[in-house]
Amino acid sequence: MKQAISLFLVGMLAFTSAALAAADLEINTPAITALKNAMQARYGKLAAYYASGAVGLTRDGNVALRDANAVPLAERQSVNGLVADENRDRAALYREIASANGHPEWEADVRATFAQRWIDKAASGWWVQNASGAWIKK
Amino acid sequence: MQKRAMAWMGVIGLTLAGCVTINIYFPAAAAEKAADKIIDEVWQLKPGAKPAAPPAEPKGEAK
Repeated sequence: MKQAISLFLVGMLAFTSAALAAADLEINTPAITALKNAMQARYGKLAAYYASGAVGLTRDGNVALRDANAVPLAERQSVNGLVADENRDRAALYREIASANGHPEWEADVRATFAQRWIDKAASGWWVQNASGAWIKK
Repeated sequence: MQKRAMAWMGVIGLTLAGCVTINIYFPAAAAEKAADKIIDEVWQLKPGAKPAAPPAEPKGEAK
């Protein structure tokens, strides 16, 4: 009986530690940090395009060139490259967060969470997509 | 006695199985917190993350 009780206590301890571990998501892996730094550096170049409305935040957690006319002809190619690089890093970020937490199948949920938070935190004047995909100015 | 111990083992087994079940659900609140942390860093939204105001230069220094 005594043994059974101690086994039960061990079980409860395991339960508690599992519950505590679930309180935070792991985001401090080298891959995630590298992606974050790359995106932070790219933001220096993208910020002006967000502000001018040339680039907007999509409802699916990406960025998109929404108004090519807002970009001088000479810069268009580089903006397209920035958008493609940003979306590639964002996809990798969502995938890495899901797999760093042992649940690769969470990728779509991570993406949906980020999509909402990017839009919520966007500065006023930036363009974002609403739930039906229409562009609105914040 | 043996039977009771077996019953306890069953309870423990179910408890542990419960942990695994709980972890299958997407932790939305934790994900939101993680997203906020990363977005704040990428966009440098947190005060202090970016030197917005450089230290005030000494003005009107005594001659």
